[in-house]
This record gives sequence, C-alpha cells and structure tokens, in this order.
Amino acid sequence: MPLAPDLSRRAILQGGGALVAGLLVAIELPWAAARADEPEPTGKRFNAFIHVAPDNTVTFTLPAVEMGQGAFTSQTQCLAEELDVALDKVMTVPAPPDQANYGSPALIVQATGGSTTTMAWSGPLRKAGATARAMLVAAAAARWQVDPASLTTENGVITHAPSGRTIAYGAVADAASRLTPPKDVPLKDPAHFRLIGKPVHRIDTPDKVTGKTVYGIDVMLPGMKFATLMASPVLGGKVGSVDQAQAMTVPGVRQVVVLDDLVAVVADNTWAAMQGLNALAIEWAPGSNAGLDQAQLWAGLEKAAQGPGVTAKKEGDAPAKLKDGTLFEQSYELPYLAHAPMEMTNCVVHVHDGGCEVWTGTQVPGFAQAGAAKALGIPPEKVTIHNHMIGGGFGRRLEVDGVVKATRIAAHVDGPLKVIWSREEDIRQQLYRPLYNEHLKARVENGRITALHHRVTGGSVMARWLPVAFTNGVDSDAVEGAVDVPYAIGNRLVEYIRHESAVPVAFWRGVGPNGSIFSVECFIDLIARKTGSDPLDFRRAHLEKNPRALGVLNLVAEKAGWGTPAPPSPHGARRGRGIALMNAFGSFLAAIADVAVNDTGDVRVTRLVIAADVGQVVNPDTLEAQIQGGATFGLSTVLFDKITFAGGKVEQGNFNDYRILRIDEMPVIEAHVVPSKENMGGIGEPGTVVTQPAVANAVYAATGVQLTRMPIDRALIAKGA
Amino acid sequence: MDLKINGADHQVDVPDNMPLLWVVRDVIGLTGTKFGCGIAQCGACTVHLDGVAVRSCQLPVGAVGGRAITTIEGVGATPAGAKIQKAWLDLEVIQCGYCQPGQVMSAAALLAANPQPDDEAIDAAMAGNLCRCGTYVRIREGIKHAARA
Ligand code: FES
Ligand code: FES
Repeated sequence: MPLAPDLSRRAILQGGGALVAGLLVAIELPWAAARADEPEPTGKRFNAFIHVAPDNTVTFTLPAVEMGQGAFTSQTQCLAEELDVALDKVMTVPAPPDQANYGSPALIVQATGGSTTTMAWSGPLRKAGATARAMLVAAAAARWQVDPASLTTENGVITHAPSGRTIAYGAVADAASRLTPPKDVPLKDPAHFRLIGKPVHRIDTPDKVTGKTVYGIDVMLPGMKFATLMASPVLGGKVGSVDQAQAMTVPGVRQVVVLDDLVAVVADNTWAAMQGLNALAIEWAPGSNAGLDQAQLWAGLEKAAQGPGVTAKKEGDAPAKLKDGTLFEQSYELPYLAHAPMEMTNCVVHVHDGGCEVWTGTQVPGFAQAGAAKALGIPPEKVTIHNHMIGGGFGRRLEVDGVVKATRIAAHVDGPLKVIWSREEDIRQQLYRPLYNEHLKARVENGRITALHHRVTGGSVMARWLPVAFTNGVDSDAVEGAVDVPYAIGNRLVEYIRHESAVPVAFWRGVGPNGSIFSVECFIDLIARKTGSDPLDFRRAHLEKNPRALGVLNLVAEKAGWGTPAPPSPHGARRGRGIALMNAFGSFLAAIADVAVNDTGDVRVTRLVIAADVGQVVNPDTLEAQIQGGATFGLSTVLFDKITFAGGKVEQGNFNDYRILRIDEMPVIEAHVVPSKENMGGIGEPGTVVTQPAVANAVYAATGVQLTRMPIDRALIAKGA
Repeated sequence: MDLKINGADHQVDVPDNMPLLWVVRDVIGLTGTKFGCGIAQCGACTVHLDGVAVRSCQLPVGAVGGRAITTIEGVGATPAGAKIQKAWLDLEVIQCGYCQPGQVMSAAALLAANPQPDDEAIDAAMAGNLCRCGTYVRIREGIKHAARA
C-alpha cells in the first residue's frame, strides 16, 4: 500500500480527522483473484473481503480483529449495508496475513489498534460491498436482458419489479464474479441506511455466552501437548543451569526445553506442566540488570527530562513569554503498566515438514508470521497463521513476543504444542506502557494561559514498532495529547525527549494521550485552583475556537450538575468533584468524576459522567459499551496500577497485587453521546484517557492535595498526612 | 475417577490433586471454562457443583465426589442459566468475552438462589469475577434484566 508522502506522523497512528479521510479516498480497493482474465476455479470471490457461495452464504473476510471492541460487528455492518444482505446470513473470518490486501489505511501495517478500525475501514469496506452488489446486479441484468437500473436488491435477493422476477445472489455469484469490477460505484445515501448507525446486535456474542468461542488458548489439536514456561525473572538474564530430575518425576511431564533465556516444561496437560516447572531447580545468570530498581528508573527519567528536547510543536514564542509574569510549573509522572488482559499470553505451534502452523489471537498477523519464521530461520510463506478471537488486547496482542517464544520452544517438540503463560509470567514478562515524565510550565495573564511549555520524556514505542512514524526524534504518539490540546493558548512549545531504559515498552490502551492528556488536565486544574478560578469556567475561557470541545464540556457539566457538591458517601467524609476534557483519536470527550476519600486515603469513585462527540457512529450500542469499558479500565489505572522493579525483577505478579477494579467498587457510569455528522473518531481508548484526570482532579478537590505520580498514593492523602 | 458434567458421565484417569479446571479443559476438552489467575482472584474458572458456584482452579478434582458439575456449556439447560444468557445477549453485556463464562456461572448461581437480587446481593455474588474489558455496568443491568424475565 502506498504511503501518502505528506502524511503526518500523527495521522499515521491517530488518524484524527481530515488527513485520514483524504488518505482513504486515495486507496485502491484490493481485488483478489476475481478478474475476468483469471477466474478462480470456484469463481465466487468478489474481492478481498466478500465471498458469495451458490447456497447464498456470504462470507466476509474482516481486516480488523475482534478482541471485544465490536470490530467484527461494525465491519460487517459496513459490508452488509452496501451489499444488501441480512446480518444473520453472513459468516465472518479474520483476514490471513496479507499486507497488500489488509494493511490498515491508518496504521500502514496489517494491524488492529489505536482506535482506528472504524475510521480506517468503514470507507473501504462500504466500497467493497457496493462494488460487489453492482457486479451481482449487472450479472442479473445480463441474464434477464434488462437495464441494471431497473433492479433492486434486498436481503441477498435481486428483484426486477416490472416483471416480478427475483433471483438470489448465489445464483448469479459465479457470473458476477467474472465481471470486471466497476470503478467509482456510488455509496448508499445515509438516509437509506438499515444497519450503519443502528444498535444492531453483535455477531460474536452468541457463541461467547455459551462457551463455544474458541480463543487461542482453547485450541485443541490431535496429539497436542501442553507447556508452560519461565523466562529469566531478571530483565535480560539468562539460564545458568537447570536440574530436571525432580520435574521429570511429575506424572504427565514429558520433556524439559532449555533455551538460553527461558525454560519450558512439556506435558500431557497444563497442570502437569505447571507442576513440572515448579519442580525444576533453575539457576539464573541475572546479567547486568540485577541491580535495577524503581527509584533508579524514576531518577534516570527525571534526569533525562531536564532537556532540552526535540520540538514537536511550536506556536508563537512560549520560551520568551515564560521568562516572567505569573508562572506555574509542575511535573507529572506516569508508571509502567501491564496490559493484563483476562486471556493471558498463549500460542499453539506445530513445526513440521519444513514449515510451521501457528494458532493464536493476534492484532498483527503479519508480524506473527514474520516472528515465527525468523525464530525458525524459514521464509514467512512457510508459516500459516490461524487467527482466533482475542480475550482482551489493549495493545498486548500488538506484540508477538509470545508467538516467538512459543515457536522457539515448539521447535524442540514433536507434534503440536500449546504454550500457556501463567498469570505471573504474563505480568512479569511482557512489554509495558512507558514510564513518562511530563513537565509543564505556563504563564497566566488575566485569567488565561498565554504560554505553555510541555516536555514529554519517556521510552518510544513508535521507534521500535513503526519506525517510519518516528521521525526527527519525535514519537508522534507520545506527544499527541500535548500537541493537540483543545485549548487556544497562543504561545506553545511541545518537546519530546526519548529516554530508554532496560524495560521494553509497548502500546497500551489509551496510548500516548494517557500521559499527555492526564498531565495537561491536571495542570489546568492546578492553575485554576491556584488562581481561584472554577475549573470548568477556566477551561471554557480557552475554548472559544473549539465548539466540539466546548459542546462536550458543557454537556457533561449539565448532566453531572457541576457547581453542586459531590453527594455524601459512606466511603469517606472528604468528597470532591473533578472534571477533564480531551481531544484525541479524532474524538472529543469530557468527564466529571465524584470521589469520596476516607481517613486512610482510600479513594472511592462514586459517580462518573462522560459526554462524547465521536463524529458519525456505526454502532451506537458498541460505542456506549466502549465508553463504559474504557472508563472502567481507566479507573483501575488511576486508582491502583503500576509495574515496579526491584533487583531487576517485576514486583507484581497476579490480580492480588496488580489490581483490577471489582464490581463492588464500581461507580455509576453515565455516558452521553452528542449526535454528530463529523468524521468518525475512535472510541476504544478515549474513555480510558479521560477518566484518569477526572478522578485525579476530584481527589485534588476532595483533599487539597494534587498527586503528581500515579497511581493514587494513599499515604499522601491519608488524614493528617 | 467418575465425573458427572452437564448431565453426562466422564471417566478420567488423573491425579486427585489436579484442579477441576484443568481436568475439564485439557482432559475432557470443555474449553468454555477459563483460566485467568490460578489463585482464586478472578473467577474466570467458575463452575457449579450441585448448583453452587465454585472456583475450579482451586478445587482438587478428588474433592468433587458425586456432586454434579455444570459448566458454561451446560448451564443454559438450567432456568437461571438460560435467563442470564438471554439477558447477556439482550443487553450486549459481552466484550472480549473471556471472563464471561465465569460471570454467567456466578450470575446464574446467584439468580437461582435469589430470584430478585438487589445491588448489595449482586456485589456480594459478583465481586470475585474480574472483567478487564469493564463490562460491570452491564453485568449489573443484565442480572436485573434476567430477574425481571
Ligand atoms: S482462574 Fe480460578 S479464580 Fe482465576
Ligand atoms: S469481557 Fe473481556 S474480560 Fe470481561
């Protein structure tokens, strides 16, 4: 897929607004082997996305994977809308690794993430559906010798009203698929939508509610063995020596695989493998990170943050303005975070006949294929990827470390092998949300910020994951929320400093805006409260040029009853209400959180109100679910979560010390959506982003203490602290 | 060892101390029941023993005895299970779905024991079931919806 030469770094990942819309128009629809000159033997594949069988079964090959966000349903809505088929007649399959056909228009590579699915794919999929429909209609018209314009379609049936004749798609599919695809087929008028914009039921949930869905971890193959593994607990360490004697006596244990950096036990079932692993005596060679601890990691970051950085955005002359006047300055620090999806890392691999088959749930099938191929030293074409439903991604399955490790282990085992990470291994051996230091400095004149300097320091995910999007030393994702502030400020300087530690980093639900927007929104509250302004009014004063941002802010204020105090709560005498606003992923959201803080510093969020303007919507019910889910994810993040290192090892390991909010700790969540005709924005991540500063600001309001290192530190807000 | 799972008899040759979770998943091949933590923290492995919700990752198979095991694959045959599953689809509770077998099993056991659970009863019965996707708002609504059905 050609990359538009002027595509900005930011648009590559975030796709905010017009830039991606322009790119989508330029994309050529990928036509699979269905041309008149080279008909497929079965002849019914219309393009890379649509297959119509003689029995009228329609199969859609979907480029974006399903990991809970509703992508299978929304993509199917787009295809079925234009093709004019009923949803219950459609089968869906995930796309195989095939960059040419399924490379994401927003992410360049074949990947699902960054809240980009709807904005990237709704256009191409609608076009694919409309084009296939036109070909079916043309085939029917030729058969009946009538004008194609006299035919109508509904639920997979073509009708010629004047003669009363009808024919099903399946009956003309073969002839239609041999036609040359017409160019520039018009799309449906939105006034006639039956599916797009409607809260249709999801296509993936009926099998999920009965336990029928086969996630990667559920794959069962004849003759398959089960393994679990342990990699060096110290980051980057190696295996010294392994005593296998005890492990081999565990009933069901078959084999111990020792690689340079990890040990795996292969058995007849997962339990035996786990018992075998426990019985191993492993001596590790910890290597150079044995002394690494969290204080050192924070200090290294803080030192790096002294700057200067690379300029990511410059407006006016912020440094000159920040030499005098009424100045405010504050740093915010964001921890390493684990994704901790409920389905832990796992992968089934069968190495045989000079090739290999992989069964897993991945957001990046092409990377998975390449990773397995490299591990075995074979060409990628020899690796088959069977992609499965994913039990939660959040960025974890944008990485293929699990596929690579499983393949390296399976290379030593006869027959298919399922490798399952324990929860502890999953939390301790992954790639983390980067540690960020966000330093902000502002000047305030007459109740307005007139200059803002924001310096983002942290490890770069982009530089490793999508090097083409890391140019001139700036990680476009890390600075997005700093570059695109919704506020009119005048003089702005945004800088980025890349600072890598030994800790590997990855995208994580909310990505860069989690840090940058958190920091901007907390800093705005700091200034508002220090200058005696109301946090809502203070924000409004900077939004005269941004009606969408102002719209969600006003709506959330009205719905939450801003100006009244947070109601009494049994969870703490100190109560506060906090507000936050964001613009990222092409969407605008505002949130108001109510909190109660008890004497020991425990924080309970008692109510969360969110207003969202995400542009046009494919499925309003999925949209609401993503706001609720994203917000809940953000609550766990701000209230509990951090990954810390001691002696080079991750200190957390399971849900007892890496907490996920429980239902009895949940606030009421109210989501209000602004009807909008604007370009589609993303919604998988914004709820996570906007919730965190709203809660932090509510804690500030309740306690008078602004916490600057996340997550919330109870000791600092305990009574009398 | 003889096990009665979803009304069917199964003979398995496994050690007594093997958790029921792994017997059900790896030996019998009913993979609807999920592994989430292995330490009774997440509830993904919830099954019923004589209608009572238990964490199968903590239950040695030898302790099951003659009690009837119900998993997500079979719970739809019980009135409470069928109501919960329908409510889950009516309200589209499910996102990734990985935690949901456990959520459905806990909710079905709650509804069978308490046909009109209030918020407090829901909190008590469901607090052991984690959902990383954050479906709690709809789980609560789903249980109430099922109770009205
Ligand atoms: S796997 Fe049993 S409670 Fe988590
Ligand atoms: S639906 Fe994904 S973990 Fe609950």
